[in-house]
Amino acid sequence: MSEHTETPMIRTRGLTKHFTRHKKTIEAVRGLDLDVHRGELVAFLGPNGAGKSTTLRMLTTLIGPTSGSAEVAGYDVVTHQRDVRRSIGYVGQGNAAGHTQRGRDEMVSQARAHGLTRHEASRRADELLEAFDLTEHAGRPVSTLSGGQRRRLDIAIGLVHTPRLLFLDEPSTGLDPQNRANLQEQIKRLHTENGTTIVLTTHYLEEADAIADRVVVIDHGLVIADDTASALKSGLGDLVTLGFGSAHDATVAESAAARLHGDASIERTGSVVTIRTRGGAEMVPQMVQDLAAAEAPVRRIEVAGPTLDDVFLDLTGRSLRETNDTTDETPEGAAA
Amino acid sequence: MSTVTEYAPTQETVVPDQPGRSGDPGFLADTWNVMVRELKPVFREPASVLFAMVQPLVFLGLFAPLLPQVENGSALQWFVPGIIAMTALMGASFTGANLMQEIITGSHERLLVSPLSRSSLLVGRALKEVVPMLMQAGIILLVVTPFSFDLHVGGVLVGMVILALFSVGVGALSFALALVSKDQEWMFWTVQQTLIFPVLLLAGVLLPLEGAPGWLQVAADLNPLKYVVEAERALFAGSFPVDTVAYGFVGAAVVTALGLVIGLRAMRRSS
Repeated sequence: MSEHTETPMIRTRGLTKHFTRHKKTIEAVRGLDLDVHRGELVAFLGPNGAGKSTTLRMLTTLIGPTSGSAEVAGYDVVTHQRDVRRSIGYVGQGNAAGHTQRGRDEMVSQARAHGLTRHEASRRADELLEAFDLTEHAGRPVSTLSGGQRRRLDIAIGLVHTPRLLFLDEPSTGLDPQNRANLQEQIKRLHTENGTTIVLTTHYLEEADAIADRVVVIDHGLVIADDTASALKSGLGDLVTLGFGSAHDATVAESAAARLHGDASIERTGSVVTIRTRGGAEMVPQMVQDLAAAEAPVRRIEVAGPTLDDVFLDLTGRSLRETNDTTDETPEGAAA
Repeated sequence: MSTVTEYAPTQETVVPDQPGRSGDPGFLADTWNVMVRELKPVFREPASVLFAMVQPLVFLGLFAPLLPQVENGSALQWFVPGIIAMTALMGASFTGANLMQEIITGSHERLLVSPLSRSSLLVGRALKEVVPMLMQAGIILLVVTPFSFDLHVGGVLVGMVILALFSVGVGALSFALALVSKDQEWMFWTVQQTLIFPVLLLAGVLLPLEGAPGWLQVAADLNPLKYVVEAERALFAGSFPVDTVAYGFVGAAVVTALGLVIGLRAMRRSS
């Protein structure tokens, strides 16, 4: 066990993947250097097509890298595929269980594939079905299960051999908010109670924020930030939105604010001025007084702490929320 | 989603590394696992084998009565072996559709990330084809035996061995087609539907090839199913002409070899 506390669970160096589509080369992943240590819960955050899933597919041996190297659980993903596959759990974007199958059959089959004895496979299947509240659905065809039930089954199947490292690709996509919250709760518990190392991809900011110890922001195949969610956000200030009675007042306030808070980033749209500055929440009372003195009385105030979307916006100049809505070009999907 | 019971593994399962492992399963264990997995839905819902044999049953019911009486033996005696071969061909060539469904819904990907070897994923699936084929052949024999059909058990059993080999090969080819088609269902069905009737007609399944023009004879001679059907007809009639039976085996073995080579190649490239 000690060797693994020193060797990272995942270590990539210059990991690169190019796809050729219609004679055009798509650089899906461009030289990824990443270490994930035992016991971490890491979220790969980025818009669709950023290279998150391609990275995950390389780490799980589904596709080979174009160049660079990756070791997962101490094994090279190219030369020791079977050892990697034996060591990891993988929950893909699709359903782990065949739709014509019964859930329990699939769990036992997966356990047997991992070399568990017949008895142990059966015991483990029942244990996980119980833990994921699926016991009563275990004998039904998978096609008749609800989306949330299927997703729980996917995860249960991924855990049947008690992997030390679990990959989850977009685990909560397509789930309603209630199911999503429950799923996130389950992932967190798996991490805290079992110490399972977890790597997941997501394009939901809230999800990365809510459950991950560490957020790796990926865009255009590159890591553009890598830290805890709070550290990423702490670099940015609070967003103070001030509403005024008229555009004129707002213009006066804009120049007054620029004078008073030189390091803040200030923007005006019509009668609204937004000020992004560190410690913005604490500054607001003084700000209101200063602006009243400058003959630009504030009518409405809104103070918001930074979100991961602000982090993404700050890093890329694009909003992740908008990028998710408009972009649907996924090289990894096309090459899957 | 209702509330979820706490995930609390027993002491045994948190022991690092290999809890309750029986060691590294080899190719045979992997293949067995894949085959058993494939058979589960068949055994859970045996009626499903009937869906795959609707067409052969239609031919049996609506085409066989139209056949002219032959000199020695009944028309049914001539027709049934061909229909059983047709059932085998249909069933095994459809089977890739199941894999394609699993590619689309995701379970194929899960299996690719499991420790099961690529070869076991193909061979286990292909071997499974033998079971529904035998069930379907059994149903047809059960239906026709009360009529003008003589059941020669020995011959039928040898015939089933040939057809089993043939089914494995066609199944492997169908899986290869599914793997190449990926999520483009139209491609799978277009190729499958385009090939199946020429192969059937050029095997003399529905009508004898005796009076066929030369070019058609040549095309039929290149069709492995023709040799399989000829062997089946001889065996089902209770005779055992060594050369015909041997040709039947060779025809089926060629399909199996081709299927496994192409299928394994496709499975290794699957991601």
